[in-house]
Amino acid sequence: MQLVSALLIGLVFGAGIALSGMANPAKVLNFFDLAGTWDPSLIFVMGGALAVTFVGYRVVLRRSGPVLGGGFYLPTRRDIDRPLVLGSAVFGIGWGIAGFCPGGVIPALGLLRPEPVVFVVAMIVGILLARLLQRQTPSPEPDRQGV
Amino acid sequence: MTEFTPLLSLLGGALIGLAAVALMALHGRIAGMTGILGGLMPLARDWGWRAAFLLGAIVAPALMIWLGGVEIPFESPAPMTWTVISGLLVGVGVVYGGGCTSGHGICGNARLSPRSLVATVTFMLASFATVFVIRHLIGGF
Repeated sequence: MQLVSALLIGLVFGAGIALSGMANPAKVLNFFDLAGTWDPSLIFVMGGALAVTFVGYRVVLRRSGPVLGGGFYLPTRRDIDRPLVLGSAVFGIGWGIAGFCPGGVIPALGLLRPEPVVFVVAMIVGILLARLLQRQTPSPEPDRQGV
Repeated sequence: MTEFTPLLSLLGGALIGLAAVALMALHGRIAGMTGILGGLMPLARDWGWRAAFLLGAIVAPALMIWLGGVEIPFESPAPMTWTVISGLLVGVGVVYGGGCTSGHGICGNARLSPRSLVATVTFMLASFATVFVIRHLIGGF
């Protein structure tokens, strides 16, 4: 049940990404190109997703727990620290170079083009590298909230 | 040039939101790609739902093309070398930043998390600046 449910939700997520244009790097880069070929479509993606999630979460989180059992896994940290800001800046630079973000590139793998595959391999190397670095530099409380 | 697609993008965004709400309602999980992927490297005890979600996300566009006859535009302007550099930066950045566009940008902001708001503003500004530098200062892709 858990697996079937997650598979179906993944299908909806992937379909949403594909329809919205988030799987198309050219469209993402054009959104960031205010001084050039600006394509404001991504405002509508974020707007639609945020509106549904904002309302939906309010309804769902009133329950005592998820339908399929267990509890709600919700990040609790509220502090703004240096890794959050610097990490996000590095992510943004990477996103601005090729137009792929993690949520956009995973469904893009289904388009069977070489660029998403190359990007995902590099991204996984980056993730493992950062984990290694985090382990070597003792930080008081690494963010592993699974956001 | 890419075509401005307000309705399709709104519909796609609503579906992304629907998936985020369903994942919380049924599994109690944040629909953040960074977090979902992170639990597969190495395999967490609950790797099953993560793998199933990823499989669904990857298969969806393929099904839309092969069965639904839907056209999904795709164009990647960055040269391969830059795609690799970009992937490395994104991987490192999302680990330190604790999330990406889906986790912070949608789920975290929907929960009014101050960390997610700061992360989202930071990565969006960095992306705007990066595209400006590449396209308008150094005349790249």
